[in-house]
Amino acid sequence: MKSAAAHTIHTMISWLLKAVWIAGTILVLLALQPLLQSGAIIDPYWFRILLLMGINVTLAVSLNLINGFCGQFSIAHAGFMAVGAYTSSYFTLHALYTPVRNLSFAQQATWMIGALLVGAVTAGIAGFIVGIPSLRLRGDYLAIATLGFGEIIRVAILNIEEVGGASGLSDIPPLSSFFWIWLIALMTIALSRNLLVSSHGRAVLAVREDEIAAEALGVPTTKYKVIVFAFSSALAGMAGVLAAHLDLSIYPSSFTFLRSIEIIVMVILGGLGSTTGAVLGAALVTLLPEGLRYVPAFTVRGYVVEMQAWRMVIYSLLLIVLMLTRPRGLLGGMEWSWHGLSRIGGRWFRGRPSDRNLPPEEQGEGDLL
Amino acid sequence: MSRRQGSGIRDPGSGVGDQEPGVRDRGNPGALLRLESCTRAFGGLVAMKDVDLEVHPGELVGLIGPNGAGKTTVFNVITGIYEPTAGKVLFDGKDISGRKPHQVARAGISRTFQNIRLFRALSVMDNVRIALHLRHRHSFPAALFRTPGVANEDRAQTEEAHRLLEALDLGHLSGEAAGSLPYGEQRRLEIARALATHPQLLLLDEPAAGMNDQETDRLMEIIREIRRVFGVTILLIEHDMGLVMGICERIYVLDYGEVIAAGLPEEIRADPKVIEAYLGVENDEL
Repeated sequence: MKSAAAHTIHTMISWLLKAVWIAGTILVLLALQPLLQSGAIIDPYWFRILLLMGINVTLAVSLNLINGFCGQFSIAHAGFMAVGAYTSSYFTLHALYTPVRNLSFAQQATWMIGALLVGAVTAGIAGFIVGIPSLRLRGDYLAIATLGFGEIIRVAILNIEEVGGASGLSDIPPLSSFFWIWLIALMTIALSRNLLVSSHGRAVLAVREDEIAAEALGVPTTKYKVIVFAFSSALAGMAGVLAAHLDLSIYPSSFTFLRSIEIIVMVILGGLGSTTGAVLGAALVTLLPEGLRYVPAFTVRGYVVEMQAWRMVIYSLLLIVLMLTRPRGLLGGMEWSWHGLSRIGGRWFRGRPSDRNLPPEEQGEGDLL
Repeated sequence: MSRRQGSGIRDPGSGVGDQEPGVRDRGNPGALLRLESCTRAFGGLVAMKDVDLEVHPGELVGLIGPNGAGKTTVFNVITGIYEPTAGKVLFDGKDISGRKPHQVARAGISRTFQNIRLFRALSVMDNVRIALHLRHRHSFPAALFRTPGVANEDRAQTEEAHRLLEALDLGHLSGEAAGSLPYGEQRRLEIARALATHPQLLLLDEPAAGMNDQETDRLMEIIREIRRVFGVTILLIEHDMGLVMGICERIYVLDYGEVIAAGLPEEIRADPKVIEAYLGVENDEL
């Protein structure tokens, strides 16, 4: 038993370490921003792709919470993204009169945080409202119900004249930036990881694995499904805020179920139930279609084959091949960790599997893999 | 490659099983669990009819009956998976009929399943830690930010889960995926997991199903030891008559959803109605 004083000191150090980590991350991102934006390292085209990638990472990691960890297949993510994008844009368009370039950094940051909060809260509430009735359903039925709700959100927005109807909202203040996009992406990853290693996170996994057993052990399954769904929606809402204040104009047509499907592709490609996989999937789905622009044209018997034109076909084929060769996704539900890395490293060096948490007397006995 | 020494359960130490048997019934000779003419119908099929059943604190009671007699339905009604169509389920004096399964678990009833329901893809350790969630104190937001309090409680949970696994001879398997364990160890893990909720009443649904004689003998010892060390009251469903007669203090016999006999093992063994239910009526008696 530790003494109370030692305990307090331990707690304070833990908080301090956390603060140092967060401050460090913010400083690194702030330092990177002008460096990357200047075009000295990457050109504006790839810088732009890096921004889109950050938004996609947020979307994929948050969708993985509900589809991967909680095991509830939802196809409504674009809808919640739309809620965040529209409410926050409406907020900044009407509340912020001064042109953004006249604002100090602190003022801009305040507005951005305000917009993010508006987007997260409204999307979270939307997720809560959609979640309560639809999460009573399972499997395919849930997928179809959420697909329906996603479309309902979009069509509702389409018919609200106040937010521009089909012509959408434009002249949104350019508050979004590399710093904010990647700060939210890293925050999403950190929260997701923290949740997974906690008691609440294990309860969420239990819901995925076996609802009846989870209930029998005292896990309120419905409550967890709704909480995770609302939380995941709130994060998607933040991604919507960032996208809206980056593109500066939004239309209902950018939030169709095809966008939801794209996010699902990221999660499944990376490996359902793996945060690392979701990040990897988001990066791949953002980079692949762009990278394929660089496939050179070639000539067959005098015909010039313009590979550019076949870009999306190649992309689709690549996705099919990836899913055929790795049906459980690139990472198959595994997570990146220092421990795992050292294990793989150990295997490479010693040429045999390392001991997997075995007691001393059993170590080195028999190959388990 | 089992590593067990002896077959007794080691005392898991502080934190687990600190309830003494019989402490709860101080000055209260009432039943821990009482079913009052419970009926459960599925459309026209009455799976359970006017069942009266009592389990007293500290007892080890058996529930037997031929296939399809409605034994598992009784468990499902007790644990809230089904609501009784009529009648009441009283636990510790409180009416728990109609409560959700997780509320029943919180009230102090834990169970295992006939067809093992482990979280197969998760580790043995996580299977037990999930059951400890019941007594988790921190909020969801605290978990998201992993406050030092959450990290401390997480460590405490891991330690407690480890003690429990050690107590059931599963400590060396804590990192394995639950679905990869041999059958007997999966059954034992399910019992460990059920105990992790600190239940007052443990329901075991055919714990010896699919086991050979040797494994069944070992299981009987485990059940006795659990009772001694954890001070838990047990109600068990079993097909294996040897096991039931060997360890149960009282037995209920169910046939076609009705209790046809109740009493001590010797009485049940001699009861003509029970023999009839199990073996059918002999022709020359008709």
